[in-house]
Amino acid sequence: MFAKRIIPCLDCKDGRVVKGIHFVNLRDAGDPGELAEMYNREGADELVMLDISASREGRATLMETVRRVARRLFIPLTVGGGVRTLEDARRLLSTGADKVAVNTAAVETPEVVMQIAENYGRQAIVVAIDARRLKKSSTGDASAPQPNRLGPHWEVVTYGGTKPTGLDALEWAHRVQELGAGEILLTSMDTDGTQEGFDCELTSTISRALHIPVIASGGAGSAQHFVEVFQRGSADAALAASIFHYETHTIGSLKEFLRNQGVPVRI
Amino acid sequence: MIAVLDYGGGNVGSVLKAIEYLGKSAQKADQPADLGSAEKIIFPGQGHFGAMMKGLEERKLLSPLREAFAAGKPFLGICLGLQALYESSEEAPGVAGLGILPGSVARFQGIFKVPHIGWSQLELRSENQLFHGVPEGSFVYFCHSYYGPVRQEACAVTEYGQTFSAGIQKENLWAVQFHPEKSGEVGLRVLSNFLNI
Repeated sequence: MFAKRIIPCLDCKDGRVVKGIHFVNLRDAGDPGELAEMYNREGADELVMLDISASREGRATLMETVRRVARRLFIPLTVGGGVRTLEDARRLLSTGADKVAVNTAAVETPEVVMQIAENYGRQAIVVAIDARRLKKSSTGDASAPQPNRLGPHWEVVTYGGTKPTGLDALEWAHRVQELGAGEILLTSMDTDGTQEGFDCELTSTISRALHIPVIASGGAGSAQHFVEVFQRGSADAALAASIFHYETHTIGSLKEFLRNQGVPVRI
Repeated sequence: MIAVLDYGGGNVGSVLKAIEYLGKSAQKADQPADLGSAEKIIFPGQGHFGAMMKGLEERKLLSPLREAFAAGKPFLGICLGLQALYESSEEAPGVAGLGILPGSVARFQGIFKVPHIGWSQLELRSENQLFHGVPEGSFVYFCHSYYGPVRQEACAVTEYGQTFSAGIQKENLWAVQFHPEKSGEVGLRVLSNFLNI
């Protein structure tokens, strides 16, 4: 049996985990090392750390954080946020990350995806795609992608969802697969932060069209949402941050629920 | 001393870290002499079959490796380090592998996604000290596009579209296709079993 993966995400800023933390039984709820250990104990299949530090100083603390998190972690660790060059990737991979996630830089300099894949193998590179659904009636924006196919379309956005790129998400996903991406971390900007469920339509459109795994992200609010994104969205893995920050949704209880719903998971 | 073979492409750091966590000491080995003095050898591979064989050759590690095999030194290949034991690989036509096992490493075909990234179950075929204390059906972490065909030396197999070798033993050589250093408690158990051989 091949398991669907459950991946908690630590959003880190200046060496601390941010985003609605409500843990008990932790000495320091914002410490990435402690949270990583807890998720590992609960049965997380992997861990993703995204650095959202805006400042140069914040970025500098990232290496130390990665080292601390990786030290006692024996499941795969992906690190992203501000990875722009092969050198950035090299530094993270030699510090303890198993994979690096590249988002904005992949759009601006696609060669970096190829370079990382060639130097470290495609398993080491995850391309993060932030996508926003294009409204049918949206006209007047000449830069919006107009792909020649039926059905809904999504546009790739960069810089944390602030900059539209004019790229069609499905075409971009195909392109990064060719460039050497080992996996795609797909975030719906429409559902992210809503806790109303993953965008299953977006996820299945991308996941079914590709031969590399797709990690769905954005919108997890209940255990049922995970069932939907695996069954209807054809996701290979699902990532979430805030839902695991409440003790009502431990990774263990989520996996138990998924198993009872017929979703293959590692317990 | 346990030598963790570094041919310039494997994930040596995380294997060293796991061994250290298990309370043993290990060293990165990238010189021929490092292998001669080692008591055990771990060979973590990653990336491309052709680049791996080239890396071993350029560092002049091939003959000390064969000498270690001949001397019966315990050896554990990981991921590409398992595939290296076969005669060849579809990933690099014309490049010779170590040839300990007959046959060629093949690429996954069919409707399953490639690479095979994630947790799959082990089916234990025979009692083996490498898997001592590992329950049947345990999940371990895989990350590969090519696989070693099942031979009689396979003591564990896994199903992903087809059945492939997940664990191999031939005399004092062991190899696993999954990453024990990334497979949580089960993986640490496998590593510790090897360290205690």
